[in-house]
Amino acid sequence: MSLPYFPGCTLKVDAKHFEDSAMKVMEILDEPLQEMKDWICCGTVFSMTSDDLMLQLASIRNLLRAEEQDIKELIVLCSMCYNTLKRAEKFITEDEENLRKVNDVMYKEDIEFHGLVEVKHLLSILKERITFNKIEEKTQKPLKDFKLGAYYGCLLLRPEDMAIDTFEDPDIIENLLKSTGADTIKFPYRLECCGAYQTVNNKDVTISRTYEIINSARKSGCEALVTSCPLCAFNLDQRQKQTAEAYLDFKKMPIFYFTELLSIALGSGWDKSWEKLHYVDPEPILKEKNLI
Amino acid sequence: MPISLNRNKVRNELVKRIEEISAQDVFQCYQCGNCSSGCPVIDYMDISPNQVMRLAQLGEAEMILNSETIWICATCLQCSSRCPKGIDVAKVMEAVRSINLRNRDGIVKPDREDIEDIDELPPIALVSVFRKKTG
Repeated sequence: MSLPYFPGCTLKVDAKHFEDSAMKVMEILDEPLQEMKDWICCGTVFSMTSDDLMLQLASIRNLLRAEEQDIKELIVLCSMCYNTLKRAEKFITEDEENLRKVNDVMYKEDIEFHGLVEVKHLLSILKERITFNKIEEKTQKPLKDFKLGAYYGCLLLRPEDMAIDTFEDPDIIENLLKSTGADTIKFPYRLECCGAYQTVNNKDVTISRTYEIINSARKSGCEALVTSCPLCAFNLDQRQKQTAEAYLDFKKMPIFYFTELLSIALGSGWDKSWEKLHYVDPEPILKEKNLI
Repeated sequence: MPISLNRNKVRNELVKRIEEISAQDVFQCYQCGNCSSGCPVIDYMDISPNQVMRLAQLGEAEMILNSETIWICATCLQCSSRCPKGIDVAKVMEAVRSINLRNRDGIVKPDREDIEDIDELPPIALVSVFRKKTG
């Protein structure tokens, strides 16, 4: 049986390697992913206003589509989609009045929405359903002597009630990476914001964040960073170009999605097409570690 | 900037509006500064997150509405997760932004001239900035 998942917009373009590698990984773990039908943009950011229901509807409609397709558990890869969809799930399940209101607004839909879909991040599926022990058993190419820093950013952890792990000192990504034989380092800036959408009109903000975060990782001994958010990945990887121009002492560092490294470790390999979606070339370090 | 204290300004209509949209009581804040000490982008702000709370208490909503701070905030929720009083400071920021956006006072225009490297930016960055900053 395959597991239904929600890709979101960026996994179809800039983060295609995230989607591809996740598909390969889940295939090899005998729990293949199946893209849900008729999904739309999740809205990317959850509205925190208390009086504007319309802003929640994009994510809620995705949950409705999932319910229509009899999906009980919807898997999400992108941290931003996860945050938005999970908070939408909570918005309707924790308050009956909200559920009633959204059904009123969506009166033209064919079915009534009940809020039965549970949103889960792929990392939680790997931990709870697959288990890290199984990943360790299935590892064919251990990420030996590879010093990795897990970069969580914000949206997997905050607000606390939808965090995929303890929100102040998580170790789900570290434990996953350890199960593939990697060394992990908890570096100081691993839970700090990358500047997010400030990358559009306040580029300086994100450049200084990238400088701080990668410097902090390097000083702690990390050789590469691992993330699950396409916006963090853009800011930490692509924005290294401008970071290197702004800070002369800056040294570049490769950024991976956790699924890319899992794909190598589990034997489904590294796809040459993923390289061009990275700004900092990840191949030299992968060759140095005898992983490709 | 000097602020004149005036009890008639306290909890004025605009502050009430901020409290209503954010569903937060700004008077809960006792100015410990924990939000500001955790804010990763405070260097780029003109007023700090705890000053936003204080100005709201004093009835100086206009100063918050016209600040850079509300547009620099990236909604990372660090402030909200650290507040010992349980105030969702990020919701207060969001409320102020939305008052501006509802008055069509957004700061990002969704056009090519306004966004320097639009062709390089991933959809996730563009959609989120339009949601947060386009009125």
